[in-house]
Amino acid sequence: MPIDFLPVFLMVAVVVTLAAFILTVSRLLRPDNPYPEKNRPYECGIDHVGEASAGLFKVQYFVIAILFVVFDVETMFLFPWAMVLADLGLFGYIEMFIFIMMLLVGFIYAWIKGALEWEV
Amino acid sequence: MSDIAEKQTAADLATVDLTAISQSVLASGPEIIIIIGACVALMLSLVPHPRQNQLLAGVSVFMILLAACMSYALSDFPQTAYAGMFVVDGFSTFFKVILYLGTTLTVLMSGNYRPNNGLIKDGVFQGEYYALLLFALLGTMIMVSSTDLLLIYIGLELQALSIYVLTGFLKTDLRSNEASLKYIILGAFSSGIILYGMSLFYGLTGTTNLNDMAVALSTLDLSDPMLILATLFMLVGLLFKVGAVPFHMWVPDIYQGAPSPITAYMSVASKAAAFAVIMRIFMQDLSVLQPIWILNITGIAVLTMTLGSFVALAQKNIKRMLAYSSIAHAGFLMLGLVAGGRDGMASIMLYLLIYTFMTIGIFAVIILLNKGVSLGEPIEDFSGLAKTHPGLAFMSLIFLFSLAGIPPTGGFFAKFYVLTALVDTGHVILAVIAVLLSAVAAWFYIRIIMLMYVQPPAPVLTQAAEIQLTPSIRIVLLIATIGTLLTGVLPAWFLGFVADSIPLALG
Repeated sequence: MPIDFLPVFLMVAVVVTLAAFILTVSRLLRPDNPYPEKNRPYECGIDHVGEASAGLFKVQYFVIAILFVVFDVETMFLFPWAMVLADLGLFGYIEMFIFIMMLLVGFIYAWIKGALEWEV
Repeated sequence: MSDIAEKQTAADLATVDLTAISQSVLASGPEIIIIIGACVALMLSLVPHPRQNQLLAGVSVFMILLAACMSYALSDFPQTAYAGMFVVDGFSTFFKVILYLGTTLTVLMSGNYRPNNGLIKDGVFQGEYYALLLFALLGTMIMVSSTDLLLIYIGLELQALSIYVLTGFLKTDLRSNEASLKYIILGAFSSGIILYGMSLFYGLTGTTNLNDMAVALSTLDLSDPMLILATLFMLVGLLFKVGAVPFHMWVPDIYQGAPSPITAYMSVASKAAAFAVIMRIFMQDLSVLQPIWILNITGIAVLTMTLGSFVALAQKNIKRMLAYSSIAHAGFLMLGLVAGGRDGMASIMLYLLIYTFMTIGIFAVIILLNKGVSLGEPIEDFSGLAKTHPGLAFMSLIFLFSLAGIPPTGGFFAKFYVLTALVDTGHVILAVIAVLLSAVAAWFYIRIIMLMYVQPPAPVLTQAAEIQLTPSIRIVLLIATIGTLLTGVLPAWFLGFVADSIPLALG
């Protein structure tokens, strides 16, 4: 039934209006002073050198991406766990700690190995 | 009132859950011990220690022994765990024995591997090496113990990912890097094929559990093209891991490029686990599928043996030669699949046990003779060994005789039982082909024996004093020799031991 989706459409309308409103207001209020450095694409705080497709990426991005995936998965697993924790009881609580311990071993390893150092 | 009742049922659920879970945890005790061992090894590898290698090897061996004790204690209580996904039975326990044996011996001989011309005194194997080896062991243990396609796949990948890294462990050696890259690409490819087969099976039967699948399959028509496709995809993926012929091209490069102890581990543990999965899926739970694959397997087995035996004749590098020899052995093992039934299974399992002893033994000798990765492992390393190191030469003689299948050693009985299983099931022509190809294969083993006993020592061997027999490699050689000889002297006892571990429900 399309009518069931009315709340969704309303939501979309509210979001679009709100975004447009905020952008307009800030446009009217802020000082407008663009210069080249400011208009550059901003990437992790590092000045870009040439086109992304032409140059080489630092391998550290790769390590950080992997670390990110590890913690992303952990978080993804923590949310549903938190929802049903009351039903799982003590067992679920301990189980999650075992899971986090495992991740922690990997994290400590990565940390001590210097994966979090940014060598230029 | 209802609120209280609700709370009580919830409490009941929790307690029931706990007993089921604690039973499952107990049943998977050996795996958990290995996980803890791997984590401990990983953490210890971060702490600088003057004798770190020995410490880590000691921890690894200790944890494997602990897991072996746990497996032994569990062997009297066959059970399923984790809602029927995981099983502890004679079959899995037998394979775990092979895996413990293979991994322990690999760990023990790793300390002796000096690929850098002895420049690095303590070997290159710092830290992660032992943790990764334990993770690989864990993967293979999960493979042999699981009765669910998803769990089998997880075990397979855990094992494969660890081995990919270990293959490329010689960071400065190009061959090692190349082998690792090739392995990871082809491994991903074959995993994809297995997954595709698994997903088709899931689509056809609506379950990933092998027992439920067997029930669902009994109502299906075997000539269904989807079912044939699913069976073949899964089989092809698994044969990839075993190194059977149309899918063998990765074996020589990777066996040659990987560090020698890892090559030994791959040819023993990975192969045993892959065969365990093939047997668990295609000979036990889904044995109804046999009409679909029997002809393909027969053809592949003969092709594998032929190619392995003939190409090995032309090899100049000992590890490459052993790679082709391992392909030929895989072909022989697949004949056991063709024979089928209890006898066929028992013959494969006994073969894998004996193969573990002799392969580890010959690789221990190769590690001792190795004079640096840059020189490779030419077969000439063996020339004149009988003059310089008669004891080592004699042990090599035993291992090579066993690999060739010559009577007083275990290798003969390994082949013998596969052949009797074949003849008993009426595959006489196959048995004759197998014997003829074994005769071809015997030639390249005997060539090395000739080098050792007839040729004078090569001038390179003037630095032969470098062969260092540390206590750990002595233990490896001793266990391998005793195992190879004992299986040759008391084959019936070992066969009885194997036959006891096969589920009774089978033919």
